[in-house]
Amino acid sequence: MDLSVKWLQSLAPTIEGTAEELAASLSSRAVPVDRVEPVGTGLDDVVVARVLEVRRHPDADRLSLCRVDAGTGEVLDVVCGAPLIDEQGLYPFIPAGGILPGGFRIERRKIRGEISNGMLCSEKELGLGRDSAGIMRLADDHLPGESLPEALGMPDARLEVDLTPNRVDLACHVGVARELAPGGIGDIALPPFGGPEWSPRWKTGRQSASAGHVTVTIEDPERCFRYLAAIVRGVEVGPSPQWLQARLRAAGSQPINNVVDSTNYVLLELNQPLHAFDLARISGREIRVRAARNEAHTTLDGTEHELGPEVSVIADAERPIALAGVMGGADSEVSTETTDLLIECAAFDPRHTRHTALETGLSTEASYRFERGIDESGMETAIQRCVELILATAGGAADEQAIRVGRPVPDPPRISLRPSRVRSVLGLRLSGGQIAALLEPLGFSVEGPRGSTETSGKLTVGVPGWRTDVREEVDLLEEVARRYGYESFPQEDRSFRPSTVPDSPVWRRADRARRFLSASGLLEARSATFASRSRTSGRPARLLKPLSEAEAFLRTDLVPILLGRVEHNWSRGHRDVRLFEIGNVFQAGSGGGEPSGAVLSVVEETRAGVAITGLRAPPHWTGSAGDMEMWDLMGLLEEAADGLGIGDIRPGEPPADSEGLPLGWRPWLGSESLCIFQGDRLVGVAGRVRDEAVDSPVWAAPVYAAEFRLDAVRLAEGRIFRDLPTFPSVSRDLALVLDRKVVAAAVGEAILSAAPATLESVDLFDVYEGEKVEVGQRSLAWRLVFRAPDRTLRDEEVEDAVGSITANLEDRFDARIRSS
Amino acid sequence: MSSKDEPVNLRETLETIRKDALAAIDGAADAESLEKARVRFLGRKGLLSRALSGLRSVPPEERPEAGKVANEVKETLETSIRIRADQLASLADRSEVAPVDLTMPGRRPWRGGVHPVSIVIDEICDIFKELGFTRAAGPEVETDWHNFTALNIPLDHPAADMHDTFYLDEGVLLRTHTSPVQARVMMEHDPPVRILAPGMAFRRDPYDASHAPAFEQVEGLAVDEGIDFIEFRAAIDYFVHRFFGASTRTRFRPSYFPFTEPSAEVDVSCMICEGSGCAVCKRTGWIEIMGSGMVNPAVFEAVGYDPERYTGYAFGMGPARIAMLRYGIPDIRVLYEADVGFLEQFA
Ligand SMILES: [Zn+2]
Repeated sequence: MDLSVKWLQSLAPTIEGTAEELAASLSSRAVPVDRVEPVGTGLDDVVVARVLEVRRHPDADRLSLCRVDAGTGEVLDVVCGAPLIDEQGLYPFIPAGGILPGGFRIERRKIRGEISNGMLCSEKELGLGRDSAGIMRLADDHLPGESLPEALGMPDARLEVDLTPNRVDLACHVGVARELAPGGIGDIALPPFGGPEWSPRWKTGRQSASAGHVTVTIEDPERCFRYLAAIVRGVEVGPSPQWLQARLRAAGSQPINNVVDSTNYVLLELNQPLHAFDLARISGREIRVRAARNEAHTTLDGTEHELGPEVSVIADAERPIALAGVMGGADSEVSTETTDLLIECAAFDPRHTRHTALETGLSTEASYRFERGIDESGMETAIQRCVELILATAGGAADEQAIRVGRPVPDPPRISLRPSRVRSVLGLRLSGGQIAALLEPLGFSVEGPRGSTETSGKLTVGVPGWRTDVREEVDLLEEVARRYGYESFPQEDRSFRPSTVPDSPVWRRADRARRFLSASGLLEARSATFASRSRTSGRPARLLKPLSEAEAFLRTDLVPILLGRVEHNWSRGHRDVRLFEIGNVFQAGSGGGEPSGAVLSVVEETRAGVAITGLRAPPHWTGSAGDMEMWDLMGLLEEAADGLGIGDIRPGEPPADSEGLPLGWRPWLGSESLCIFQGDRLVGVAGRVRDEAVDSPVWAAPVYAAEFRLDAVRLAEGRIFRDLPTFPSVSRDLALVLDRKVVAAAVGEAILSAAPATLESVDLFDVYEGEKVEVGQRSLAWRLVFRAPDRTLRDEEVEDAVGSITANLEDRFDARIRSS
Repeated sequence: MSSKDEPVNLRETLETIRKDALAAIDGAADAESLEKARVRFLGRKGLLSRALSGLRSVPPEERPEAGKVANEVKETLETSIRIRADQLASLADRSEVAPVDLTMPGRRPWRGGVHPVSIVIDEICDIFKELGFTRAAGPEVETDWHNFTALNIPLDHPAADMHDTFYLDEGVLLRTHTSPVQARVMMEHDPPVRILAPGMAFRRDPYDASHAPAFEQVEGLAVDEGIDFIEFRAAIDYFVHRFFGASTRTRFRPSYFPFTEPSAEVDVSCMICEGSGCAVCKRTGWIEIMGSGMVNPAVFEAVGYDPERYTGYAFGMGPARIAMLRYGIPDIRVLYEADVGFLEQFA
């Protein structure tokens, strides 16, 4: 919403200060001002000039030679490049030696052999508007030589206000003047237009009324609350006077003609949308507000619509002539041939206006206001202002009788406001009188005890018609806080009671996982929740209106997304990539019932994902650490199993079913695969990524990935201190040669099962195949550490233990001890 | 000399030779002087040989004993010479190799790191923890009831225009803010409630330099008896000073959010130009960091709290935007690309 500072000041002369100061004041009390823009500055050298004569340039078809009276007493020759310059017309002119707003100096010079003593200017060249096609034609009520800024009521400034959805009342100059004027509404007076006054006699009806051979009928009172119509005859449609054009331009609205400009002026002054119909084009002199009946209609922007019953229209005896509250129709539009007008000033229902706007895809200044509710008590003033402005700018005469159909103006809502509530919500001790002093300038009426700060009484506040957002006590509390000034509140610290809500385990688990994985040398990724179908598995949930097909689904797993991120890094030339992510994944499914009755048809789960590839450590001059391989992933998972308690790692393909959302490993997991189990529950999968599952450059290293459910992360530590050993340990190395097919874990378990309690640890420290070991066999070397908590072990005890262990191994695996 | 004195003298002589020889061996600064010492004491015509030649004058019964002593001395000296020779050799080795070039880089592991947006979220949460807040979590797929209705946003109201929503199904959507977590928490817990809801939120904004369709939010909610606008302002001020620095100023401006009233937009003085105006703050000296306000009683009614008894405040901010401001990141998209070169800068 753009506001002209000059306009505001013409409504309330008490509004003082620079545009920047007014912007700051409005921002701190009501709505933010995004920008302050000067309008018509740097125009000091520009004057009004009359073009006396126009000739074609002898040597250039597109140039004309003008003889110009700039009020200096001599006639100046000027070469001009624009078409359509009218003799005797008034135009902005910069004489030679003058400077344009951008700083460009106009010189006296020869153009194709003809002398030019200055320049006739377009709107755009003057920084007044966007029109660069033609020279800006000025209204005839000026004199040559007059300063242009003065003639246009400049310089002015434009405030670009960012209206919040609740404050539609600030979409007009009077509304903002109420906020800015120190005395509020008391300071505001609508300046007269200098034309004839118009005080209509209303012909009133609840559903229908007629005057001047025109009948207005509201067929559906739910769609339209009130409809006022005035008739103006014998107007001359043409350009508006300069002051009106300048006002509209400063407020960001493009002038069209005196009739349309008048309706727009009143819209921007009082917030009431108005529409002027060409009376001659209203068939049957009949206006009907009704639902559309599957009819075709062309709006004045030239778009054709097929209107269904959701759409509300203004119709004549035959067909729709306007979309109610949204836009006029092309057929009944005011044109230069128009002489008689019907001016509409209506209150359309917000909801129906919204439907009409949505159905037709149109959003207009009018629909914006009707959707939020207009001031029904201000309609008579608005139509009166509009008619008077038309009479002043387009001539003609208004019928004395005017039509008024619909409900009476509703009584202003009356709301109770308790000073005790002001105290408890805002922390301010304000008396009724102080509260009234804050509210009354905005047009609220305040009744009730004024004198005391006693908190038992209550005030009754009447809400003015333009404040459609104020409905309840809390809305008044906001008004009080705002008018008191957020920055004026005292600064006090308060004590607080602790929350009854425990810190969520989801975030505590995420903290632990994030700490562990980043400490393991991985970098945290935050990638999109959206995925293409190809990166999902199971039953992915699809968005109803995705931004693109590549972002049409919710991710079902983290690893495929991370693999996409690995590919992105490869494309940037990064070979060594180690990423993790903690986030939610989704599946379509049937969730439980919700309090609202809606059923969540999508289920979600928080997971952690890992993808690593490339060097094990940064390159170093002493030699490369080598590329990461399965054992690096395995080590990371073993650390996670110990540090995060995510479960047991077991080799093999994951089982089909598990509690929780399915882990979608099939698209990426190769034959070197691991599962993470907590008891029987599959909580994670890991392994080497199949080469064809990623789009890798030739220089890329193999990728390893893992994904586990975040709820597998242990929260309670559950660790118990063990006494530090007081007696020495005894270690024995045992190199076993056995069949290649016997897995290490089975050997380790066999060692444990045959060992006495004094066996403290068993670690595989060497694996050997080759010379001295038969084909099909391998040597596994284990270090066994024995220790007793209460004594020093004797050699014989240890030898006995090793003896029974080896006997067991020989027995079970046909293993033989390899002499070193 | 009496023969009786001879062995005594021999033993003393051997002892003297041992001491002198050890001193000479220890004192040898190089291989050459060590060799001289060896010749002098252990050479064929060296002091030890000459002393042993006196063995013949020792009575026969004492000769084995004297011989044993003499051998011990000889072995001791030979061992000492060998050790000293090794020492000198290694000293010589060392002085031949150039000193280690310690300007060369050391061997480092890969450094891991937390995402800059996570850093900001954690910092926000840590500061509010000091004010008694705990963290809450809720689903990212929500019902329209939790996302809109419970927060006083009618589905058919222009305020819903502020949320361009991703729907998945009738009444099922990706939450447009993390505020529905507030509703869920209040339905489960009685006041006093002081919670933060960090998490993802979603809006149908295509990617550009300052928008992403999925982005992080941290919302906060405090509900208890006796919470007023003054406490709300003090809490936000406390956070701003802890997060942005004690010299940062705050500015509260009226705003509109359906779930708070009075509502306030909170600006902080620009950390780049310290308020004098720059490109980051669009020459205003202020940067908008959060929407906030006193909880609208309609929200309390929706979740079953007594709006006459309880009051509270709520706020919400975008950690991605704050991370961009803090670290000078010009384009939001780089946050979500997982480029290793980017992430390593925060590791
Ligand atoms: Zn700045």
